[in-house]
Amino acid sequence: MKDFNYHSVKDSKEASKLASSSSAFLAGGMTTIPSMKLGLATYKDLIDIKNIKKLSGIKVSGKSVTIGAATKHVEVSNSKDVKKAIPSLSSLAEGIGDPQVRNRGTIGGSIANNDPSADYPSACIALNATIHTNERKIEASKFFKGMFETALKKGELIEAIEFQIPEKSSYQKHPNPASRYAIVGVYVAKHKGDVNVAVTGAKSCVYNDKEMSKALSGNFSSSSIDGMDLDSSEMNSDMHASAEFRASLVVTQAKKAVDAC
Amino acid sequence: MASLVGSRVERKEDKRFLTGKGRYTADINLANQTYAIFVRSPHARASIKKLNIDKALKSSGIVSILTGKEIADDKIGGLIAGWAIRSEDGTEMKCPGNPPLAKDNVNFVGDPVAVVIAESLAEAKEAAEKVEVDYKVLKAVTSTADAMNGDTIHEGIDKNLCFDWLLGDRQKVKEAFDKADKVISIDIINNRLIPNAMEPRACVADYNAASEEITLYTTSQNPHLSRLIMSAFGNVAPEHKLRVVAPDVGGGFGSKINVYNEDIVCSWAAKKINRAIKWVAERSESFLTDIHGRDHVTHAELAVTKDGKFLGFKNETIANLGAYARVFGTVTPTYLFGPCATGVYEIPAAYTNVKAVYTNTAPVDAYRGAGRPEATYTIERLVEKASMELGIDKTELRIKNFPTAFPFKQTLVHTVDSGDYVAGMEKAKQMADYKGFEARRKESEAKGKLRGIGVTSYFEACGIAPSAAVMSLGCGVGLWESAEVRFNPTGQVTVYTGSHSHGQSHQTTFAQIAADELGVPIENIDIVHGDTDKGTFGMGTYGSRSLAVGGIAIVNACKKIVEKGKRVTAKMLEANPEDVEFKDGEFIVSKSNKKKTIGEVAFACYLPGVRDEMKSPLPEGDEPGLKETSFYDPSNFSFPAGTHIAEVEIDPETGHVKLEKYTACDDFGRIINPMVVEGQVHGGLAQGIGQALYENAEYDETGQLMTGSYMDYTMPRADNFPEFNIGYTCTHATTNPLGVKGCGEAGAIAAPPTVMNAVIDALGGQEVTMPATAEKVWKACKNLKKSNAKAA
Repeated sequence: MKDFNYHSVKDSKEASKLASSSSAFLAGGMTTIPSMKLGLATYKDLIDIKNIKKLSGIKVSGKSVTIGAATKHVEVSNSKDVKKAIPSLSSLAEGIGDPQVRNRGTIGGSIANNDPSADYPSACIALNATIHTNERKIEASKFFKGMFETALKKGELIEAIEFQIPEKSSYQKHPNPASRYAIVGVYVAKHKGDVNVAVTGAKSCVYNDKEMSKALSGNFSSSSIDGMDLDSSEMNSDMHASAEFRASLVVTQAKKAVDAC
Repeated sequence: MASLVGSRVERKEDKRFLTGKGRYTADINLANQTYAIFVRSPHARASIKKLNIDKALKSSGIVSILTGKEIADDKIGGLIAGWAIRSEDGTEMKCPGNPPLAKDNVNFVGDPVAVVIAESLAEAKEAAEKVEVDYKVLKAVTSTADAMNGDTIHEGIDKNLCFDWLLGDRQKVKEAFDKADKVISIDIINNRLIPNAMEPRACVADYNAASEEITLYTTSQNPHLSRLIMSAFGNVAPEHKLRVVAPDVGGGFGSKINVYNEDIVCSWAAKKINRAIKWVAERSESFLTDIHGRDHVTHAELAVTKDGKFLGFKNETIANLGAYARVFGTVTPTYLFGPCATGVYEIPAAYTNVKAVYTNTAPVDAYRGAGRPEATYTIERLVEKASMELGIDKTELRIKNFPTAFPFKQTLVHTVDSGDYVAGMEKAKQMADYKGFEARRKESEAKGKLRGIGVTSYFEACGIAPSAAVMSLGCGVGLWESAEVRFNPTGQVTVYTGSHSHGQSHQTTFAQIAADELGVPIENIDIVHGDTDKGTFGMGTYGSRSLAVGGIAIVNACKKIVEKGKRVTAKMLEANPEDVEFKDGEFIVSKSNKKKTIGEVAFACYLPGVRDEMKSPLPEGDEPGLKETSFYDPSNFSFPAGTHIAEVEIDPETGHVKLEKYTACDDFGRIINPMVVEGQVHGGLAQGIGQALYENAEYDETGQLMTGSYMDYTMPRADNFPEFNIGYTCTHATTNPLGVKGCGEAGAIAAPPTVMNAVIDALGGQEVTMPATAEKVWKACKNLKKSNAKAA
């Protein structure tokens, strides 16, 4: 690992002031640190945002659950309020990585990184989340731009994620047996009026499967998507799963999610 | 005194390990030490056009940079294959040179070309990035099956073929097949694995310019063998000027048998720079450069009668050696494989033919089970297929072909001294509720799941290796073991063993044995191993040999102590030595109340002479002191055996295989410590099930390792396993005084076919290769659905 400057900041203003083209924000460091260790990324400055008090914590209102960006996965999975308001979000957090990752990794870090097989981006899409940054509010549907790409501008810092509480929801993951990232993860959420079927792991970026959403909005039953033959042409293919297998898993996991709702 | 052998004595080593007081190689730091980083080839096959270290030498903190040229100039030898194998046509095997630092050619990704030595690790890393190597990249050979058709990797080794070996009689086999009602045939792949010891390899080398001694601390399973190889073949230093210490070692599974490039380079370089050098592998280096295991492609056939009697067996295997033949590289796919190929069955005619090939991949060598898992996988998959094709129950077909009496002379090599395979099968069936399976299958079906049951009956030849047996087979060396039992004057005992514990609990189990033999409390017994300065010699630990060979050496040395003790007691108590009996730590003159404790005898041995009333207790001809040595060369291998039964449930929609039940009923002979044996069985099963369902080392066609980290190489975790159902039958080995057989490898040997037989049973007989990943199983489920629909 190359030498770098470490900064621990107390507020968002200080954080964005220090940000440059050769800096990175550091929350849990679950991706940043291994990338630096392997020489895949080098930064001149690491700006540690964990000590910004405002960024941690969970607030629940009648309509939404708002989670601070530096809130750890373990805090989300253990939160009674989250469990009550959106149980599927709590169980998603419980299924990320391993205990070490859950004790360090943060929701904001996961979303900002936008790994194509990360779990949280699917929650944002399914639960019509709003991403609050130090500059603006961004709708989840406009936030995730592509593989490891988001709408965030340089120096822009996620402060919180606001999830809309659905009527029913469930997240079902078929994990990569080695890394336990999602080979395919499907987050189904039934809101008043419509159903979101957010899919992670299958393509280069999380997406809402329109075809299944439409079918389930008409009839919220797994039978309405059973046997659906999804187009696999844009799906990922690697040594762990072919595109064809992923396409099948998307339907299977969506059915499981609907049944679990 | 109650016997300690057979009881669950808590591990003596646990306090040290559980409180962080273990001392591993990476924990060792010497004064003024430097740090080494190896510059490794990023290509699977290339020639080195130019190597430029000028920029790197200007980097800060550099002590030295050494390359293949310097090591060749100093005439330091390369890495070697320990066992010479002859081809069927009588020609000797062909092995390429394997210099510790490549000079002209590199042959796998990770092959080292230079070592950078600096004042700090960070500086060594920084400089290593500045070493410029100009490679001419050549086409790599990576496929086991096609290696013989690839470009020639090593000059003069045609078809990349190391040897083409035969065990058995082709003509007899042909005759047997001519008589058969049916021939069952199978094509299988034994997938390549990466051992993944918890502790990555490491070494610290030191040089004393005054005594001209090199001391190497290293992660080795056999420090004396390492010293021998480094001295005799590596030309690093004469044996008396080379001390090899293998302190606490965190797992080996065979991957730490070998002397590695880094051991030789650091030892040699420490002398050259006259300073200590430390090297610790990063996990990614372990993936690339530790030896790998298995990697066979096999076609096998079984000739049977219609009522299920086995008549003949043939096995045609291509074994991947990787880029170079290493210490156990050539013996693993031959003598550890071929003789076990016919399994636990009476098969009148059999042969095994192995073509060992070089490829541009990491060297393949002994990994837990070494040859026997590959053999067992082949025969047990074949027998299971025979049971399906003949319509005979899988357990009955096996029993029908079990030997009816012991000793059991096998078709190919071994004479198995003891066992009761039917008893093992019956007990396993009972433990697994074999009868209840059909009901459970129906329950699974009702949930839309597929359920399968798989059986394996195995035996293995371990306790390697009796010199007489292996040398007559053409191997260069036999593998005996040594022990030294030393009494202190005040009665405590130090036992030196040539075995090496890297997780096997020798400190406890060997102390149990010595405590029983000598009648000394276990807390007064210390087991010492892992240092060439502390014992005469030792062959180390692998091939489930520690107890069956090393343990017997301890017993024999203890018996010599007792014999001397009898003579000394007789002299002290003015009796005939023949009248002295030894029991529970006391020497008793029979038909009298006269006795001496072993502590008193030991004390007396250290204080001979005459003073006032005290007279020498030593009989004439006996020297002072109480220390005895034994070099034990076994008369035969030992042959653990057993039956394992697995049950899986498959979700046809996702291809997910859930291992529902796993039953292991093993015959390890006499058990010294049931708790330790359970640990060994659990660990072996985890690795065997890992091979069947999860683990796979995969190279792409250019020779890049695709599974080079835990993100892609699936190491099984605790939640991948059910609770193991473990039981034993016990027939004592007749070839050693303890009646022990060995338990370290059984799980890794039996589990792959057991699990795969269950998976394939669930899939209606459709073949799936290991590991049975979700996608492969999902595809098989789709095919099954199609063929079922057709049939309907």
